[in-house]
Amino acid sequence: MTIINFTPVSAFIGGLVIGIAVMLFFAFNGRLVGISGIARNFLNSNDKRFDNFLFLIGLILGPIIYQLFSKEAVTINITNSTYLLGIAGLLVGLGTSIGNGCTSGHGICGISRFSLRSIIATITFMIFGILTVFVTNLI
Amino acid sequence: MSKLTSLIAGIIFGIGLTISEMINPEKVLGFLNLFGGWDPSLAFVMVGALVVTTPFIFIYKKQKPLFAESFSLSQKKDLDNKLIIGAVLFGAGWGLAGLCPGPAISSLAIMNISSVIFVVAMFLGFYLSKFINVQSS
Repeated sequence: MTIINFTPVSAFIGGLVIGIAVMLFFAFNGRLVGISGIARNFLNSNDKRFDNFLFLIGLILGPIIYQLFSKEAVTINITNSTYLLGIAGLLVGLGTSIGNGCTSGHGICGISRFSLRSIIATITFMIFGILTVFVTNLI
Repeated sequence: MSKLTSLIAGIIFGIGLTISEMINPEKVLGFLNLFGGWDPSLAFVMVGALVVTTPFIFIYKKQKPLFAESFSLSQKKDLDNKLIIGAVLFGAGWGLAGLCPGPAISSLAIMNISSVIFVVAMFLGFYLSKFINVQSS
């Protein structure tokens, strides 16, 4: 194992900011931020649809506002294979629906509450993420 | 008011994803590349978030939310098949493109066609999940 591109300071600060967002949503709206749940309920349920919609709009505005103030371009390097993106998106949509959570809902909020379900889910999706990267690197 | 606070929480979350660079799939794939050139940054993002959320939720859950009747918290306790199968599928998709739901939606900000394709496929997955019935045990 070699460590590369490690940015601990910006990662930690970004994490604190994410934590503040979770904290506000909990204190004001009484809900924990689970982005897969927010996005799925926006699509599938009438309950709090507009709240969910506005949260998703906020997610998109976040990087735009950051860029406005920092004057730094946001770098995003992403595969351009339509096939790969389609399969990956479908798996993420199905998996987070069936397992009831993603990196935010299980990985941050669930672990904050010491939920055994979320700890197990987080370990599982991390192991399978690591295995997937390992296998794709071989191909 | 809950509408405004939803928007604000979303914006702050999106800024956090941008500062931590988790919006960039390359960083996420670097974290998942444990057996290659490993980038441990994502672990620091989680620690940063947990440092804030763990004590706050613990203390505040005894209060009442400002713009809701009560807290909505999952009461599920059982480790069922759905949890594991879902996490396996999600992990596989996450490892393929380096995108999970939050960063995927935030990355729409740069109007990149790849993000759009991923998000459309993800929403298709949310929709199709209504027709898939995984037995709990």
